[in-house]
Order: sequence, then C-alpha cells, then structure tokens
Amino acid sequence: MSSRTTLTLAERRSKLPVRLGLGLLTWFIVLVFFFPVFWMALTGFKTEPAANTPTPKFIFSPTLYEYQSVWWGTPGTAGLRGYLEHSIVITVLSTIVVIALALPAAYALAIRPIRKWRDVLFFFISTKMLPIVGAIIPLFIIARDLNILDTQRLLILLYSAMNLPIAVWMLRSFLLEVPISVIEAAQVDGARLPRQLRSVVIPLIMPGLAAAALLCFIFSWNEFFLAVNLTTTNGATVPIYLVGFVAPEGQFLAHLSAAATVACLPVLIAGWAAQDKLVRGLSMGAVK
Amino acid sequence: MTVLTTAPRKLALAPPRSRRRGAAWLKRLPLLPAMVFTIVVTQIPFVLTLWYSFQRYNLNYPNRPRQFPTVANYRAVFSDPVFRTAALNTLEFTAVPVIASVLLGLGIAILLNRRVFGRGLLRTLIISPFLVMSAAAALIWKYSILDTTFGVLNYVLRPFGVHDANWIGVHSQLTIITFLTWQWTPFMVLIILAGLQSQNEEILEAARVDGAGPWRIFRALTLPHLRMYLELGILLGSIYIVQAFDSIYLITQGGPATDTTNLPYYIYQVAFQAYDIGRASAMSVVVVVGTILIATLALRTISSIFSDDTLSRG
Repeated sequence: MSSRTTLTLAERRSKLPVRLGLGLLTWFIVLVFFFPVFWMALTGFKTEPAANTPTPKFIFSPTLYEYQSVWWGTPGTAGLRGYLEHSIVITVLSTIVVIALALPAAYALAIRPIRKWRDVLFFFISTKMLPIVGAIIPLFIIARDLNILDTQRLLILLYSAMNLPIAVWMLRSFLLEVPISVIEAAQVDGARLPRQLRSVVIPLIMPGLAAAALLCFIFSWNEFFLAVNLTTTNGATVPIYLVGFVAPEGQFLAHLSAAATVACLPVLIAGWAAQDKLVRGLSMGAVK
Repeated sequence: MTVLTTAPRKLALAPPRSRRRGAAWLKRLPLLPAMVFTIVVTQIPFVLTLWYSFQRYNLNYPNRPRQFPTVANYRAVFSDPVFRTAALNTLEFTAVPVIASVLLGLGIAILLNRRVFGRGLLRTLIISPFLVMSAAAALIWKYSILDTTFGVLNYVLRPFGVHDANWIGVHSQLTIITFLTWQWTPFMVLIILAGLQSQNEEILEAARVDGAGPWRIFRALTLPHLRMYLELGILLGSIYIVQAFDSIYLITQGGPATDTTNLPYYIYQVAFQAYDIGRASAMSVVVVVGTILIATLALRTISSIFSDDTLSRG
C-alpha cells in the first residue's frame, strides 16, 4: 500500500523548491500532530521539579523514577500494575468472545448468505449508531441487581457486545474474498461447518482475523464511558487509574505523563505494527 | 445442508420448496449466537430505558411510589434549557470536528501521497493521536499542553504576543473542538490515503498527458473517486464523535457553566450525580429517537457506502 514510490509525471515536472517546500510542510504538520504524544512520553522521564516549569525543558537528565513508581505504586497509592492486569484480562477475553461469535455469523452472511442477510447486517451496524448513554442507566441497575457491578465479567460482556458488530462486518468482508470453490471442495469432502471453519476457512482469513482482533483490542483497551460508570476497584481498567488525576494535589505532571505513556503503549505498538490492517478494520471492511 | 453444499451458490438461494424450511434454519444457525447476544446486551437495555422514562424514579428516594406511567419526565426534559444547550453543543461538537478533521485529513493525505522523505515514518507518527487512549490524551492536553502556567502552548505562543491565555477556562469550546479534531484527523488521513492509493494511476497519467492541470485532475477525477471514502469517514467519525464523553469529563467537566456540556455528559450528570433515573432515561429516549432520525436521513444522502459495490461479493 505504501510501496508505490515511482515519481508521477506531475511530480517530475514540479520544481525542486516546490517539492522541498511541500516535504517540509508535511513534516511540520505531522510533527505538530505527534507532539502531544512525544511530550507525554518525554515528560515521563523527568523529575517532578523538571516537569513543572513555565519554560518547558527539552534538555534534562532523564530518570526512570516516575515510570518505576507508576509501575510499582508509591506509598499510599496503588500502582498501575493491578489496573493493567484487569485491562489485559478484560480485553483478551472479550476479544475471544467476539471472534467466537462473529466468525460463524460472518460465515452465515458471506459464504452461503441467508435470505435477508442485508437486513441482518444493517441490524448489526445500527446497534453502533445508538448512543451508549441510552443504555447506561438500565445496564447500571441490572448490574447492581445481579451483583456484578464493578466486576471484570461485566466489562467483558459489554465490550464483547460493543465490538461484535464491527467484527461481523469485517470478517464478512474478508470471507467474501475466500474463493467459493475452496469451500465447496471442503463441503464435497463432507466436512461439517466447525471443521470447515477450522481447517479451510480460518487459515485463509488469518489476516482478517488478526485485524478484527486488533481492533477489538484497541477499542476495549481505550474504552472509558462504561468503565467509569460501572467499575471502581475490582473491575477497574487503566483509564480509571488515570481518572485519579482529575483533581490532583502537589506536583504530578511527570507522574501523570509516565502513567499515560504506559497506558497508551500497548495500543500504540499494536497499531503501529499493523497499520495496513487498521484502515480496513476501522472502515468495517469497506476500504480494501 | 448436504443437499445445498454441492449446489452452486446462486442456486442455494432458492432451494426446492420442500427442503427450504429446514435448510434455511440450518443456514441461520451460525448466526443465532451473535444475534441473540447482541439483542440481549444492547437492545433490552433500550427497552428498559423506555420503561424507566415513564416513571418517577430517583435513586435518592427509593421508597417513593414510582407513579407509572407518567409523562412528567418528558415534560421536564422539553422545558429544560440545559437540555437544549446540551443538544446544540452536541451538534456543534460533532459537526465542527468532523468537518475540520475531514478537510485536514484530506490535505494531509494528499501531502503524504506524494513522494516525501520518510513517508513510512510520517504515516506511523500521524496515526498516533488516534491510537492513544483518549483519557490519557485528554489529561496530557489539560495539564501539559493547555495549562495557563505550565502548558507548552502558551510557551510557544509567547513570541506571538499571547500571554498566559486561559484556554480551558475561557476558550473551552475551542479546546474541546480542537482536541476532538486532533484525535480524529489521523483516522480521516488513513481512510482518505487508502482512497488516494486505490486510484488508477494510468487514468491520472492519461489526463496529465492530455494537458489537464493538477486542480482539474483533482476536481474531475480524484474527488469523485474519493467520494465513497469521504462519506465513510464522515459517517464513522460522526458515530463516534457524537458520543464524545472522555474529553469533556476530563478536560472541562462540561463547563464553564454548561458551555461544553453535551448530551452524553448531561445525561451522565442527571443519572449519576443527581440520581434522577426517570429524567435521565427520558433524555436518553429523546436522544436515541433523534439519533435514529438523523442517521436515517444521513444514510439516505450518503448511500454509496452501502451500495451493492461494497456490500455484495467481490
């Protein structure tokens, strides 16, 4: 996708200063957009006095102190570690649930489409259009009455439902590209659906599965609204740890920056590594 | 199932009448778990919201009779000036960031689609704002970028004659709009870049040989080609931005006064700070109905995403 680097005729024709100027402009804009992320990671390496200066310091002696204290916690405050554990359990399990439910559904919509498959697809996408605020009150009351408020189970359930429509859409678009003859061959061999999926379909759409899983991971990891309203401690995810900084005391910029960097790192790395899959995932399979 | 499996797909859509029923159900079977799960988790709460909205239900007064049914909540919602403000703010905080991020995204995508030194790295850097946890980014913006005393922005602007501007307190709406635009521009860049790179290079080259200038090529060839990608960006961007909550909750708390209170934040306040479940539910119902109306209208206008081209096989 990014490999097409041959000069087009127009580019060959345009003058060097113009090309250079546009190149510099591109770099400038991109760096402005990236600056907050860079600043966040950088400030995490400062001491509190170095972070809290009216004239921002770009040169300082870096220290791992804040990253360590974020990880292990400081006397009187819990570290990020516990929250990270919750986030990992919740994102991984909900991603597994999503894929397990979405794959057969996508199969029914793509390989041998049922009648009215279009309506079904619209139903799934329409659940993404309804504002989540419309559901939060009953969710809170049901969870309270079932005694699952502030549990990891609750968020696993809700994040699965939140991501299922995207996964169905995406997997369907990947399944559409599996040559029908391959599946028919497996069917002639008498393979039933679960075995067809396992031995024929899944290996073929592995990139699609990875993309869908990546997207579920990103959305669950970053989710805030449900987490903040439905959890406090036992089910609290990484964003909830950050909420503790809303009314801070004393100097906290370096600590906050270190915590925010650690919180973002898993998704940043995953997203950077799988950029090409991201587009397709985010467009629910519409952009190839 | 065994009968259908060997038949070509086209035929499978219309099997012999006698076998249709059982076979159709077998085909639907893989779909059922996902359908049931989605309906139970996402649709039943909406039904309950509707039910609560017709009750006097406040968690502060658990023993008060709930008086079902009553339209008192709806009356309160429609005569509530804050609700109107929140609705207008929601429109503003959706439309402006979506339009701004699409325009910026288009510009950046065009720049990135050229041959530029370090393009791979630039692409990696530009998508970062979209990947970072918005709760983390919101706090960094609040305390590290926009802070009156310690913020980097005021430091950068000092040579331009801006002295200790109170961005969050005074320019709160601009703050939220800028933050959302910053967050969503990378997403638009990704989608539009995918569109640009799927253009047929030969057609562009032919147009150039025929003497068409860059602007004419852009208007006549690129823009029509990008239409689907732009619509997709606008649709998905709107779906997510209209629900913006993290940034408002963490940066401005809806203030000063109600300047940055949008509907999600206001419903959150009424439900979880005032515990007025009935009134918050009525607001949710109004919001959901409004969303459905707007979404239906919008989907009719931007129909090319859901055309047969993208939905059908191939």
